[in-house]
Amino acid sequence: MILDVIVFYGAAIVALISGLFVIAQRSPINSAFSLIITMCSLAVMFAMLGSGFIAALQVIVYAGAIMVLFLFVIMLLNTRQDEGDRGGGIGRAAIVLGVILAVQSVMVVWKGSASLPRNHKETASVDVARGLFSSPRYLYAFEATSILILSAMVGAIVVARKEKGK
Amino acid sequence: METLLSPANKELGIDALIAILKIAVIFNALLGLFSLMTYIERRVLAFMQFRRGPNRTGPWGILQPAADGIKLFFKEELMPEGAHKFLFFAAPVVAIITAYVSLAVVPYGGPLVIPFYGQVSIFGRPIDLQMADLDVGILFIFAITALGVYSIVFAGYASNNKYSLLGALRSSAQMFSYELALGMSWVSVIMAAGSFRLGDIVATADRMNVWVWFAMQFPAFIIYMIAACAEVNRTPFDLPESETELVAGFHTEYSSMKFALLQMAEYINMITVCALASNMFLGGWLSPLPGILPNSPLWFFAKMMFLLFVFIWLRATVPRFRYDQLMDFGWKRLIPAAAIWVVFFSGMTAFFGEKKTPPTTTAAVATSAPVGQVSR
Repeated sequence: MILDVIVFYGAAIVALISGLFVIAQRSPINSAFSLIITMCSLAVMFAMLGSGFIAALQVIVYAGAIMVLFLFVIMLLNTRQDEGDRGGGIGRAAIVLGVILAVQSVMVVWKGSASLPRNHKETASVDVARGLFSSPRYLYAFEATSILILSAMVGAIVVARKEKGK
Repeated sequence: METLLSPANKELGIDALIAILKIAVIFNALLGLFSLMTYIERRVLAFMQFRRGPNRTGPWGILQPAADGIKLFFKEELMPEGAHKFLFFAAPVVAIITAYVSLAVVPYGGPLVIPFYGQVSIFGRPIDLQMADLDVGILFIFAITALGVYSIVFAGYASNNKYSLLGALRSSAQMFSYELALGMSWVSVIMAAGSFRLGDIVATADRMNVWVWFAMQFPAFIIYMIAACAEVNRTPFDLPESETELVAGFHTEYSSMKFALLQMAEYINMITVCALASNMFLGGWLSPLPGILPNSPLWFFAKMMFLLFVFIWLRATVPRFRYDQLMDFGWKRLIPAAAIWVVFFSGMTAFFGEKKTPPTTTAAVATSAPVGQVSR
């Protein structure tokens, strides 16, 4: 249906642009704001897949709770603009990891474009999980992404420690 | 072009028309109710404090909200120096959008029935007094109110003013803390009704009798009202804008219509929590004397107005918390109380509750039994 297409591409474009803003903005509060928008447009996607429950949880947990904590930290630490010069090893590593993630995303979309159920009545959240885990090809992509996220987490700790040592 | 006029699209068009009609009615009704609330609040407060309250504009001062509106329209819009321009504008917008959107899933009554006329329908479609009947009704409201925090955070941060920032920090910490208790107070209601849908909750109350339902959920109701009071920053919990310490808290720097929007969002949030409480705990549009008086949206309205009155009453009666008291009360009293109630209620349901069939998504849930037991 035409309406679905409009909503989907609207949400997708908003998600992509705000996602880009998250990393392109210099002021941390702008990044946080962009991330909130990304979360909300992802929730729209989930709702379009017929999984209102996941959509609501996405907004409650990520946009509602986690991002408020982010903003709290930003406001309390009163961090000003990033001075730039984030290049060097970390920058190169980030590029490599980003490319891996991009390839993964493209592969997931390309290989399994018809993977999730397209009925708009009801998709239980367990169905989405089953869709992800039942066949091994998504499982690998999923696991690889989780390792990537783990490495990003480690990276965040490393960056924070360096800041402290100065 | 023929596909555009296909029966399916015609149905869609009618749906859209009805939705727009409902939105227009409810939007304007809320605007009216908001201005009425500011008037009622001032009059009731004055009455309780042996004052006269606004009584110059029109009979009994009833035109006071209009006068306030005109005044705010003609005030100068100020933007503090060094303000974050975008967020300074975004804050009132976020506030008003979240306030309005969360009311979309609140049912105001069952199918619209007018006495001596019968069921109202447009294009052969019965009209339900609810904008969107989502499966995740309550969760949706929870999600949207969670987003509402941002209006305060942004307003405080963008103002470039230490009072605003302090107000915003306090406020978001407070809303955080009390959101937990708020969410937990819903659990027993959801458990008893077996659904997130507000209409189903009212239907369950109908099946059980309104008074039985009210008595059963009474502890949750009390917890809900306290937490809701803190959520909407009403007086015993109005630290975010405690004027003796923080000028006016997060909206110190706001003037003119932006201030009006923030104020409006606060009142509409208040209306939302009262409308929710009316539906979840007091049986919504069900008559308090089942079988004697008919069910009607007027009951819903009366219950909601009573709860709003209670909020004003509290404001006139109770002094403000100190910040440490507020946090103590939230984390050490209210949340444990809510947790104990949840545990107690689930125990009671497990032992004495009726055996329920799994929820409506049976097909999806039944096939997924190995992954996780969703319902008992």
